[in-house]
Amino acid sequence: MAWTIAGRTGEWELVCGLEVHAQVISKAKLFSAAATEFGAEPNSRVSPVDAGMPGMLPVLNGFCVEQAVKTGLALEAEINRVSIFERKNYFYPDLPQGYQISQYQQPIVGRGRILIDLPDGTSRAIGITRLHLEQDAGKSLHGAREGVTLIDLNRCGVALMEIVSEPDIRAPEEAVLYLKKLRSILRYVGTCDGNMEEGSLRCDANVSVRRVGDPRFGTRCEIKNVNSMRFVAKAIEYEARRQVDILESGGVVEQETRLFDAARGETRSMRGKEEAHDYRYFPDPDLLPLELDEALIERLRAELPELPDAKRARFVSDYGLSAYDAGVLVAERAAADYFEAVAKGRDAKFAANWVINELFGALARRGLEIEACPLPAEALGEILDLLAEGTISGKIAKEVFQEAFDSGARPRAIVEAKGLRQVTDAGAIEPVVAKLVADNPQQAENARKNPKIVGWFVGQVMKATGGKANPALVNELVKKALGLG
Amino acid sequence: MTRLERLGLVEARTLLRRRAIGAVELTRACLAAMERNRALNAFITETPERALAMAEAADARLARGEGGPLEGLPIAVKDLFCTEGVRTTAGSKILANFVPPYESTVTARLWAAGAVLLGKTNLDEFAMGSSNTTSAFGPVVNPWTPAGSSPPFVPGGSSGGSAAAVAGFLCPAATGTDTGGSIRQPASFCGIVGIKPTYGRCSRFGIVAFASSLDQAGAFARSVADAALLLQAMAGFDPKDSTSAELPVPDWSGELRGRVKGLRIGIPKEYRLDGMPSEIETLWARGADWLRAQGAELVEVSLPHTRYALPTYYIVAPAEASSNLARYDGMRYGLRVTGRDLVDTYKKTRGEGFGAEVRRRILIGTYVLSAGYYDAYYLKAQKVRRRIVEDFEAAFARCDALLTPTAPSAAFRIGERSDDPVAMYLNDVFTVTVNLAGLPGISVPAGLSAAGLPLGLQVIGKPWDEATVLEVARALEEAAEFRALPPGVVEA
Repeated sequence: MAWTIAGRTGEWELVCGLEVHAQVISKAKLFSAAATEFGAEPNSRVSPVDAGMPGMLPVLNGFCVEQAVKTGLALEAEINRVSIFERKNYFYPDLPQGYQISQYQQPIVGRGRILIDLPDGTSRAIGITRLHLEQDAGKSLHGAREGVTLIDLNRCGVALMEIVSEPDIRAPEEAVLYLKKLRSILRYVGTCDGNMEEGSLRCDANVSVRRVGDPRFGTRCEIKNVNSMRFVAKAIEYEARRQVDILESGGVVEQETRLFDAARGETRSMRGKEEAHDYRYFPDPDLLPLELDEALIERLRAELPELPDAKRARFVSDYGLSAYDAGVLVAERAAADYFEAVAKGRDAKFAANWVINELFGALARRGLEIEACPLPAEALGEILDLLAEGTISGKIAKEVFQEAFDSGARPRAIVEAKGLRQVTDAGAIEPVVAKLVADNPQQAENARKNPKIVGWFVGQVMKATGGKANPALVNELVKKALGLG
Repeated sequence: MTRLERLGLVEARTLLRRRAIGAVELTRACLAAMERNRALNAFITETPERALAMAEAADARLARGEGGPLEGLPIAVKDLFCTEGVRTTAGSKILANFVPPYESTVTARLWAAGAVLLGKTNLDEFAMGSSNTTSAFGPVVNPWTPAGSSPPFVPGGSSGGSAAAVAGFLCPAATGTDTGGSIRQPASFCGIVGIKPTYGRCSRFGIVAFASSLDQAGAFARSVADAALLLQAMAGFDPKDSTSAELPVPDWSGELRGRVKGLRIGIPKEYRLDGMPSEIETLWARGADWLRAQGAELVEVSLPHTRYALPTYYIVAPAEASSNLARYDGMRYGLRVTGRDLVDTYKKTRGEGFGAEVRRRILIGTYVLSAGYYDAYYLKAQKVRRRIVEDFEAAFARCDALLTPTAPSAAFRIGERSDDPVAMYLNDVFTVTVNLAGLPGISVPAGLSAAGLPLGLQVIGKPWDEATVLEVARALEEAAEFRALPPGVVEA
């Protein structure tokens, strides 16, 4: 994806890496037994450990560790047999302990990679530097009440995976593809629900620019708060252009943390290098080094589902789908499963078309996720069967689909109840054709000279029969009536 | 049966089980002694009502022939252990009104064993000190201070209240915590027994943290047997503390015989300090003689990194403390002094809530963890700590336990050394190594100084070998026949 910024003095290249915070799917928090569900009454999911009460100690949640290892395996990453939890010290009211327990020098997961699928059908690897486990902070609610800041500690202590990419991203759109692929993988392995609106997937971007061909990296800025797929590309592009403008006018990019303002579509300075915190990381003396044994890693490896890349390759080779269609179908595991259920024993390409065009369209119109799809895969399969048998026409099939999607009724039952069976009896169609030809002598004359106008008659017949007539048969009968057969 | 408060744990237990005395009766005697001796300032919070209710319940169980190993025995608890519904201050203004909604694991075990809570004892603020003079609730007076002698002697620290309460016969036993000597040094200054078990033996859950990798709970009593009995009830694995050891707790008190025959006792040559009072030197040599006389073999061993122990300790402990004490920010509990803005509120709260010594250690700890200094201080200290552990491993290849003085001096007077933190830190010279290596250690009263103040000897053991430590301590106790009584106790 060759993407450059044309400056006054030449072409500039983007160098970008992403830091993603993914909330681990787990009933309990990383170091306490408090529950993690989103949207609970403020401060109702807080244990004394989360609240940083005196004498409270963290106890590592083994399930969160397994989730991190699973994710690491899905990212084809090194799993570190020994990792260390450290304290990242800073003061903030939503950080009750005065430090965040995180991993610093020895994270649980090391180098891995993600393949992003480019629009031209090729793939590109974006390196993963590391994945580490850490606690989330609470939430500060400013301005909810005049003159005070309210603190909700429900989120405090919830397990996060910080997934850091290499600075391999070269185009704003690649960042989006990376995020989408990462989200897809996380959802496949069931370690993060990927919900960006609820904040279970959050993204910061490290952005720098350099002249095309320059092997050196420029000074980077960290852009915080690029928390929707929509804004990621915008924020990165804005920031890259800002840096190019500075450099081209002879200025220097200051290393700083910037915040993306979605409303204004720009980034602005949050804090400079001088104001950067000294986090005074040191190993948390309340926790022992985390040691993973081979048996656990192998068990988790065996539990991994087929991942998006492998599934996409299989859909191309086994079902003969295009790489693009396969990519669309595998993005969500549930959608891929749905497709496979529909395709089983049927024409797979046909099934893919119906799932991608009709089903995804209907879901999008209703704002539903595939998991909440009201039309079971067997029902969509039934529609395809009705089509294949010639019981209904393609047009009717779409009606039946919409009806089944909306009402939940079985397609066959809809066809029977509404009498939507395709009319294939020439005797029933011929009088309709004859009447039309008789009523429209001028059109009939035109059609004889220009056979393209035959379609008009076919359309009229279809309309008159409520779409139930077999279109091929109608075509034949019209031609015959016009003497074109 | 007067002077019930003078009974030790084992004696009292026997009498309680025989129903010769009642738990309520015993508790009342202790509460009365506490009241008479309030001048010692040993307690921050007395809990007479709770004590009597617990004693009544204990009497009921004893009457049914039931009850745990400490049934009906009144004890005092260092005010660093969180006690549900009972104010827990850590000796600090910042927690002056803090009432925990939870119980520490150690105290929960004690109540499950039938013990009775008399109150929460005074301590150096956040356990930082060797004299109990840094407490926001005032200094504790050593009961060995003769009447009219002023200023009074310190009881040592940080568990000074517990040590004074046990030494002054306010209670038969008390809990303490020991991060750099905070049980053993006050035990030595007050003429009682104080044991710190192996790191990980007692759960730290619910104990206000000072330095997490060094903190360990332990016991004070007037005899080795009593200390063993109390410690046994405190110890044991706790899933709520990731650093607690999943090991069974031996029957220390039941197996205690004081037999040292055939044991090899190491004398670390580096513990002979220049300028150490000769009476300490003499006491140490006498202790060695007692053990030799009872059949032990004395061997000289070397702990070459001893001289780096204090600097190492005073890097590691403040580093951890600076982080552990970050939670006292005035936001959720404890003192809040509202300032102009958030940062000002932090500064005022912590500036007014913490005393000078705590502030000093937070500053030291923050400094040694800072970017640019971490490697030179914290990381280096961790490496030296490893060397110190290896010193002990090498020494224990040649002996079963070590004998050393507990502290380089007897108790000093309140106010002495208070303007010189380094001189104060030197109190811990013989005790911090044990914490750095996570070993069990005990102080046993072994004699009196020329000024008539108690002096203790320390026995250090291998990891998890509290049994040998107690055996050697018992042998010393028997030989020392320490019978002297503190002059500063008000009798009934």
